[in-house]
Amino acid sequence: MDLGLDVDDSRRPYTVLAVKGEVDVYTAPRLREKLVELVSQGKHQIVVDLEGVDFLDSTGLGVLVGGLKRLRSHDGDLTLVCTHQRILKVFEITGLTKVFAIHASVDQAVAQ
Amino acid sequence: MQRAPEMQRALVLELDVPSRPEFIAIVRLVVASVASSRRALADERVDDLKLAVSEACTNAIEANRSVRPTAPVHVEIWEAPDRLEVNIEDSGPGFDPEKLEFPPPVTDPDRLNFERGLGIPLIRTLVDSSAFVRKESGTSVRMTVFGGPVDGDDTAAIYIDVSKMRDLPPMQHGT
Repeated sequence: MDLGLDVDDSRRPYTVLAVKGEVDVYTAPRLREKLVELVSQGKHQIVVDLEGVDFLDSTGLGVLVGGLKRLRSHDGDLTLVCTHQRILKVFEITGLTKVFAIHASVDQAVAQ
Repeated sequence: MQRAPEMQRALVLELDVPSRPEFIAIVRLVVASVASSRRALADERVDDLKLAVSEACTNAIEANRSVRPTAPVHVEIWEAPDRLEVNIEDSGPGFDPEKLEFPPPVTDPDRLNFERGLGIPLIRTLVDSSAFVRKESGTSVRMTVFGGPVDGDDTAAIYIDVSKMRDLPPMQHGT
């Protein structure tokens, strides 16, 4: 039940945060802390790569919404990479596909 | 002789877990394995149920921790010829599902100020039927998925009690 959080700074100005594992009420606080840490380091263009996520519930969605709000307040942005139907479905049901830019790959996300 | 459907409803499994976030993964795992081993459900339906169960457990844990942190979350899985039911019960203060406040629509710029409030709408959307029952000593969330048919053998109900467990055993990775 470890949550993998790998930061890749090689795609400046973007910072890619690759999340691996299950994001729920137990693991979501670590994702939140990591996002807060990145923003405090001045990283304001964050791509959250969800391709390694097997499960995401509303607590995880809440953390991503909070991250987006934090970044927007710094004139930044938080975009997502996700192609797995079971994860995309959670964004679709909640209408959050209209709030987040969701890309099919990291390359596509950093090409914006 | 054909009995009325409600008479054929049988308890498959009971599970008590501590009101701690790290145990929700266990509940998800147990419900998903019972659902996929006993019913010919599509994987997608099992995923829906898993997510709904996770949301209900998150709420149950929060409810218990607000008043009785040592009370377990009680999970029951019931089966009938046409359905699988999962009940998640807490001993919390209860709530009125009709009076919940939901986040504003996504078109509202204010939407970003709401990080919570999606759990119950998700439960309602993901399962075929859901009921939030206020009990004397807590809330029971019943989630039903129709379809099948029953895939498993007739066995006695299983009871698993990990509510006194203090720590989860370390998970092995990459083996």
